[in-house]
Amino acid sequence: MLVNDFLTSSVKSSPHKVGLVFGKKRLSYSEMDKLSNKLANVLVSKGVKRGDRVGIYLDNSVETVCSVFGILKASAIFVIINSTTKPNKLAYILNNCRIKALITDFNKFETISQVCQKTPHLNFVLFSGGKSDKVRNNPEKFLVYEDQLNSAPSYPPRCESIDMDLATIIYTSGTTGTPKGVMMTHLNMVSAANSITTYLENTNSDIILNVLPLSFDYGLYQLLMAFKIGGTLVLDKTFLYPFDIVKTLINEKVTGFPGVPTIFALLLQLENLKKYDFRHLRYITNTAAALPVSHVRKLKETFPKTKIYLMYGLTECKRVSYLPPEEVNRRPDSVGKGMPNEEVWIVNEKGEKAMPYQTGELVVRGSNVMMGYWELPQETDKVLRSGKYPREKVLYTGDLFKMDQEGFLYFVGRKDSIIKSRGEKISPKEIENVLYELEEVAEATVVGIPDKILGEAIKAMVVLKEGAFLSEEQILKHCAQNLEDFMVPQVVEFRSFLPKTESGKIKKSALS
Amino acid sequence: MIEKTHIEEKIKKFIAQTFLRGREINPGLKNDTSFLEKGIVDSTGVLELVAFLEDTFKVKVEDEELIPENLDSVNNLVRFVSGKLKRS
Repeated sequence: MLVNDFLTSSVKSSPHKVGLVFGKKRLSYSEMDKLSNKLANVLVSKGVKRGDRVGIYLDNSVETVCSVFGILKASAIFVIINSTTKPNKLAYILNNCRIKALITDFNKFETISQVCQKTPHLNFVLFSGGKSDKVRNNPEKFLVYEDQLNSAPSYPPRCESIDMDLATIIYTSGTTGTPKGVMMTHLNMVSAANSITTYLENTNSDIILNVLPLSFDYGLYQLLMAFKIGGTLVLDKTFLYPFDIVKTLINEKVTGFPGVPTIFALLLQLENLKKYDFRHLRYITNTAAALPVSHVRKLKETFPKTKIYLMYGLTECKRVSYLPPEEVNRRPDSVGKGMPNEEVWIVNEKGEKAMPYQTGELVVRGSNVMMGYWELPQETDKVLRSGKYPREKVLYTGDLFKMDQEGFLYFVGRKDSIIKSRGEKISPKEIENVLYELEEVAEATVVGIPDKILGEAIKAMVVLKEGAFLSEEQILKHCAQNLEDFMVPQVVEFRSFLPKTESGKIKKSALS
Repeated sequence: MIEKTHIEEKIKKFIAQTFLRGREINPGLKNDTSFLEKGIVDSTGVLELVAFLEDTFKVKVEDEELIPENLDSVNNLVRFVSGKLKRS
């Protein structure tokens, strides 16, 4: 089975059912099918071939959904890039996996014009968002998405992919500060989606509200799972005005609401939530960072009839574990056990299987484990190591856990310095690199500090060169121009020196 | 009673200082620019915005009022705050 079969099988079983709701737009499976066929035909006619990478640089929208399936139907690999990614990093990603075509919005025209000079592999760009004279200057390379779709046939092109082919590359923060492309095959994704929809007991009557970006694998899978089960995805651009979400939950009769701790913290700040009727809401899921126990309890009080799933995962295998909702009262600090069709265990420092309550690194075995990092064999070898059978690989997560006697997992910490803010993984190194671009900066380091809403807030500590001056404002401005919004520090502190280790490295443990 | 223009001025100043710093909004922030569409405010920013409204204009923002119709542009904010002040 291929990921694009999720859509085609739902078209067969319920063509007229609304599969996607976005604002006032309501699209049936059959409409989504036709739109994605048209896009696939456009891509094929412009030279996109099996295994080519096609980028999606858009906010959550109907076009993003259509692009995911259109690209797969063209036998290509989709790469969703966070829409707040700035030109330098965008160019890096486009060049790193040699993206051949990009689907974006006219709002991004200036960024794309800049980036295009530096991306020799990018053959053409489709801009959505209406007609614009802007494309006239470069009619070969810049195309209007809507015009192209209008004139394309709506039958599906021949899909040449098999399930061992890559379906997507998801860029994730690495400790080195350079993003790494996680390679996922159709089989990886179908396996993960099967396991997750099994434990969430999803059926075609589910209506899932997704406010998470589709560039984030947690958001992307809401789309894939909704289409797989033939349910409905209610897609929002983002989580912004809390009561708007409450209204959507009620009016759309939402049955499944995935979130991260920041979203639940904001939602629980509403004082009168209990007076509303959420009888349709069958489940809530949390992952990306641990939900504080006090919030777990408050969620249970606010949504007494709703099942709460606490989960854990990483992009490299999508999801690892879930806590069965009936266990939430007993062990609200656990992320449960491995999901169906997957094996997990903990290894201690000696590489042996850890005893109960002994801390060690979590290892994952399953067909959901990635193929590796795109063109990074050494980085790949560090995390994918030999498994049970000669050619099999298991994933070393880099996350430290312990397991109780009944096999429930408890998160202890990370082996590296990655920061988790708003549920996003953030590499301090990536922010530090941007800070060092400022001439006035002599030394810089970035740490995560506990924050009630964000999980961790980002704190930058900067030592300026002698005689140099730079304001907090100037530093933040530079960060905002070069980093995705969620990576911009909340706090900047000026220091006269930073503590060092014996080898001369900045000693972060003395700072956080 | 605070004048509408005065409310607008204060709100614009707050948005510029708190959310726009460093960011270039194309084609610039207008009174009807949607914060949501342009990615000007994020979810924690909404909290800051509400705290600012409550402190500056001495109004109480209710749960049900945390919707884009009240908060998602300078115009919406001015209309919302003036309406609240009139009623108080």
